Amino acid sequence: MRQILELLERDAQLSHDTIATMIGLPVAEVSAAIAGWEASGAIRRYKAVVDWDAVDHDPTRETVTAFIDVSVAPARGVGFDDVATRIARFDEVRSVYLVSGSQDLRCTVTGPTIRAVSDFVSQKLSTIDRVRSTATHFVLKTYKRDGDAFDRPAEDHRLPVTP
Amino acid sequence: MRPLNATITACPPSGIRRFFDIAAEMDDVISLGVGEPDFATPWRVREAGIYALEHGYTTYTSNAGLPRLRELICAELATRYGVGYDPADECLITTGVSEGLDLALRVLLDPGEEVIVPEPCYVAYEPCVRFAGGVPVAVPTRWEDGFAVDADVVRAAVTPRTKAILLGSPANPTGAVQPRAALEALVRLAEEHDLYLVSDEIYDRLTYTGTHTCLGALPGARERTVVLGGFSKAHAMTGWRVGWICAPAAVAELCVRVHQYTMLCAPHVSQLAAVEALEHADADVAAMVADYDRRRRVFVKGLREIGLDCPEPGGAFYAFPSIRSSGLDSATFAERLLHEEHVAVVPGDVFGPSGQGHVRCSYATALPKLEEALVRMDRFLRRL
Repeated sequence: MRQILELLERDAQLSHDTIATMIGLPVAEVSAAIAGWEASGAIRRYKAVVDWDAVDHDPTRETVTAFIDVSVAPARGVGFDDVATRIARFDEVRSVYLVSGSQDLRCTVTGPTIRAVSDFVSQKLSTIDRVRSTATHFVLKTYKRDGDAFDRPAEDHRLPVTP
Repeated sequence: MRPLNATITACPPSGIRRFFDIAAEMDDVISLGVGEPDFATPWRVREAGIYALEHGYTTYTSNAGLPRLRELICAELATRYGVGYDPADECLITTGVSEGLDLALRVLLDPGEEVIVPEPCYVAYEPCVRFAGGVPVAVPTRWEDGFAVDADVVRAAVTPRTKAILLGSPANPTGAVQPRAALEALVRLAEEHDLYLVSDEIYDRLTYTGTHTCLGALPGARERTVVLGGFSKAHAMTGWRVGWICAPAAVAELCVRVHQYTMLCAPHVSQLAAVEALEHADADVAAMVADYDRRRRVFVKGLREIGLDCPEPGGAFYAFPSIRSSGLDSATFAERLLHEEHVAVVPGDVFGPSGQGHVRCSYATALPKLEEALVRMDRFLRRL
């Protein structure tokens, strides 16, 4: 059953029929399992992996991404959870992790301009109670994201017919 | 000019070649004719090769190959199949199974001795026997039997000149995995007639139904068996040219003797990459094998749905469907399919007469391409 999720995580467009053939289960069983995961929230949603740098350049639709390391004073009873949840609720925030090391939270923030991201950090993030400091790292180029490499797809160097 | 070598002149060029020439000129061809993985070598293995180059491992190795690599290969055979070979004198590293096959046959054969070769089989088997001075004796296998070798059919082909039996399992082109019982019967036959067995096990890891049987591991087989293996298929390392021979010391030592004069050693960088492959790339291999298996299931089901009878291929990455329902012979089928729908397959009869009425389709190709190939083949069949 876990195999179904692994296949979908790699290619969400696979039909239930194909998945069933691939792993040798009846289609009905595969469909039921997927419906179950969709209902329970184990499958949150399906989306495409977009390489925005490869899309026609449109300066009005530029997206800037930054990693923000946030140092937070933990509180008795909740630790970092309340602050992390509060940060995560902003639409600009794409991800939030609690990490080991000198800072506590690592967030990914996107915005239309560097200015917009900076404003968000200085006016929204930094002003949250118990946030002690932030360090902002703007992304200059994406090489790989969530297991997907963004360099040119490798060519097939094989000869068309070989023994 | 005086005539060139008669044996080689008489050997026809590979039947695959002609299709390659036609297919190479088409730009939207979907090739199911490729006998190698569509994966690049796992990055950790490539990276080990780069490291080896950077640090100047650009020299010869010992003739038999890096001791570490031989130790790893023998340890792998022991744990996986329960057969013991001494890395010191029963294992050597070759430039792929191709060289291993050539060495084994040269070492085993005196001029005129016969080698029984069940067909359909890999295109190099019969020419390599001839180049080694031997005489290949093809014996048929039937798709109705899943291409299992029938020891009685082989026995009927044995003559006083018979020296060896040459077999590949899992097989190119059929994808057939020989049942353990069939192999055991062959071993008994070999014992009766004092024959050697040459076992091409390059596809051992690509076994999807059941488990692979290493011929050398069967009772009574070890002393008369030459096992050939390598890294090309399971580790997606075709271009590195690295394989191995495991055989009783008397055979292995003579193989090294030929190898030291004709090849010297397998490429040093490739051998170091192969060390990495055996030490750390098991998860990569498992992932590729799982992927082949999924495509195999989808592709075989698809072939059956468009009306082609397809025996279940238990290994390698080939399906070998019957195309008899089309009313065409293999060559015509393949040629017309290529011209009319730009799908390249290999006619089954280039692998031996028992391949007539079949085509070899490699599913070492991305799933969307396999699905598109099935659509095109369906269209082709409906038009006939």
